[in-house]
Amino acid sequence: MDIIVCIKQVPNTTNVQIDHETGRLKRDGVESIINPFDEYAVEEGVRIKEKIGAKVTVITMGPPQAEAALREAIAKGADEGVLVSDRAFGGADTLATSYALSTAIKSLGKFDMVICGKQASDGDTAQVGPGIAEMLDIPHVAYVKKAEAADDKTIKVERMMEDGYDLIESALPVLLTVVKEINNPRVASLKGKMAAKKAVIKILDAATIGADALKIGLNGSPTQVMKIFTPPQRTGGEKFTGEAREVAAALVKRLSDLSLI
Amino acid sequence: MANSIKVLSDKCVGCGQCAGACPFGAISTLERPEQFKLAVIDLNKCAYCGICSQTCKFSAIELKKDASQSSVDKSEYRGVWVYAEQRRGEIAGVVYELLNEGKRLAKQLGTTLSAVLIGDGIKSKAQDLINRGADKVYVCDDPIFIEFQDDPYTSILTQLIKKEKPEIILMGATNIGRSFSSRVAARVRTGLTADCTSLEIDVETRNLQQTRPAFGGNIMATILTPQHRPQMSTVRRKVFKEAKVEEGRKGEIIDCKVDVATLVNRTKFLGFIKDASSNVNVGDADIIVSGGRGVGKSEGFKLLEELAELLGGAVGASRAAVDSDWIPYSRQIGQTGKTVAPKVYIACGISGQIQHTVGMSSSDIIIAINKDASCPMMQTATYALEGDLYEIIPNIAKEIKTIRCND
Repeated sequence: MDIIVCIKQVPNTTNVQIDHETGRLKRDGVESIINPFDEYAVEEGVRIKEKIGAKVTVITMGPPQAEAALREAIAKGADEGVLVSDRAFGGADTLATSYALSTAIKSLGKFDMVICGKQASDGDTAQVGPGIAEMLDIPHVAYVKKAEAADDKTIKVERMMEDGYDLIESALPVLLTVVKEINNPRVASLKGKMAAKKAVIKILDAATIGADALKIGLNGSPTQVMKIFTPPQRTGGEKFTGEAREVAAALVKRLSDLSLI
Repeated sequence: MANSIKVLSDKCVGCGQCAGACPFGAISTLERPEQFKLAVIDLNKCAYCGICSQTCKFSAIELKKDASQSSVDKSEYRGVWVYAEQRRGEIAGVVYELLNEGKRLAKQLGTTLSAVLIGDGIKSKAQDLINRGADKVYVCDDPIFIEFQDDPYTSILTQLIKKEKPEIILMGATNIGRSFSSRVAARVRTGLTADCTSLEIDVETRNLQQTRPAFGGNIMATILTPQHRPQMSTVRRKVFKEAKVEEGRKGEIIDCKVDVATLVNRTKFLGFIKDASSNVNVGDADIIVSGGRGVGKSEGFKLLEELAELLGGAVGASRAAVDSDWIPYSRQIGQTGKTVAPKVYIACGISGQIQHTVGMSSSDIIIAINKDASCPMMQTATYALEGDLYEIIPNIAKEIKTIRCND
C-alpha cells in the first residue's frame, strides 16, 4: 500500500508572547514545528504501515527550511520526504495550495491513501485536505477518529460529528483528515533519527510537477487579503485586587446587584 | 509573471515598523555603514500579503502582485444563498443565524435570499426557512441524501450553483459544512473563507468583505474574492444573532430535480453512534465557567465544575487546557472549538489570545480571574480579579452560598 501524508510546517505558537505595543505575536526566536494535527496523520500512516505493510511518503509545500519538518516525520517512521518548493507557489490561498499539492502527489505515481491533519494550527481553515481530494478526484472523509483498512480496496472509518460519530466505508484511494483522538503520536527513535539524517529529500518545483502557472501562487488564488488589522480591544472594566476573600465578595456583590445570582 | 516585493533602499530609514508588522516574521533590519538601517525581506517566508507596505510610513516597500484571473462573468451571478444544513431532519441552529445575516446582505445588494435544503423527506422544513427570512427555498429531496456523505452532497450543490449562479453562499462552519464546502469551492473554482467573524458588502463592486482571525496571531484579516463567483464563506455558530420567526411568511419553494445517475458516491454510510457527553452543550449555557492554561491540572476543573453547578452554568475551556487533556474537546471554546455568547463568561487562568477570544468576545459580561493582571483577558474583562484562582473560586462559591442563605 502507498500512503501519502501531507504536513505543514508552522510556527510553534503554544508559548508565544504577545507584544503589548502592537498587539501582535512576537515572532523572534519562535521555532518551527510540524503542525500538531499533522503529527496524528504521520502516526496513522506509520501505524498502517506497521500493521499491513505500506510505504509512507510525507509531502509538504513550503520554503526550503520546511525540509526540517519532513526529516522529523521520517524520524517518526515515514519512509520518504518530498518538498514542494518554488517562489511561484508564494502567496497561495487554500485553493492554490490544494492544486499544488494534488499536482505534486499525482507526479509521484500510484497511491492508495492520503492522510492530512484536520487543519493547520496557523490558518485553521480545514480546507486544504478536502480540496486536495477534489483535485485528485478521489473521495474524502474529514474528522476521522478511527481508521481500519478492511482490504486493499476499502477502508472503514469513524467520522467525528458534533453529536457523536458516523461509521463510513470508503473505496480506496481515499483522503482522510484526522483528529487528535485517532492515536498518540510516538517520539522519534534513535534509529529513526539516524534514518532522518541520511534521508534524501526529493525537491519538486512548479516546472517538475507540470503545474499550470495560472493555478498556483497568487495567480491561482481566488481569495485576496484586502487588509490586516489589530482588532479593537474591548475596553477594560473594573479591577479587583487584594485578598482572595475580598475580591470574591466584591464580585459576587456586583453580580447580585445585576440579579445574575 | 511573478509576484515581486522589494525595499527601496533610498527611502527606507530602517525604523523596523514593517518587521514588527509582518505576520510571517519575514523582515529583519540590517546595519548599513554611515546610513540608516535597511529592512530586508526573506522571500522564502514572504506571503506577499502587503501589510508591510501598508505599514511603511516612507513608501519604501514596493509590492507588485499578480492578479488572479477568472473567466466568469460576474454580472450573471445574483442572489445570496444559505446552505440549510440538516442532520436527521433537524435544521442546524447556525442556519437560522445565517439567514438573519444573509437577509441583511441581500437587502444591501438589492437581491433575494435563498436557502438550499438537501436531504431525504425534508420538504416539510422549507416553510421554517421561509418563516426565518428566506425568499426562496431550493429543495433537493432524495433517499441518497438521507445521511451526509461528501460525494453526493458536493455534486448536487455544485450542480445547483452552476445552474442558478448565486453571488454569495454562506455555510455553517460545522463538521459537515467544513467538510464539503471546500470540495464545492474547488469544483466550481472559487474562493472560500473559513470561520468569518464579520461580513460586509461593498455595494459598488458587490464584493463580500469577509473578516476572520489570521495567521495564528493577534490580528484580523479582511478577505475578498474579487474575480470569482460565488463568494463562499463559512461562519460558526453564535457569531450572528438568530433570525426571528415570522409565522406564515410568503416564499417560493422550488423542487429541484435530482438525477441520481449524475451523483457519484464512493462512500457508504454504515451507522451513527451517539455520544452521550455531547448532550451537555456548552454553547447553550447562560453562564460559562471556563478554564485555561492557568488551571494547571485536570483536577482543577473539578473546582470550575462546582462553581458552574452552583451558578447553573456549564464548563468550557481554552485550547491549552484541551490540548493538555485536562478536559474533552467538546468543551473547547475559541477558533478551533465552539463560539459562545453567554450572559456571563468566567475566564479562569485564560490569558486571552485572539484564538480564544473570537469564540467568546460577544458574551455580555466577562469575568477574568488571573495572576497576571497584564494579560489581554484581564485588560479587557468587565470584571478583572487579580489573584490565584484556587483561592478566589472557593471564596466566590462561599459568598454565593452566603447570599442565597440570607435571601
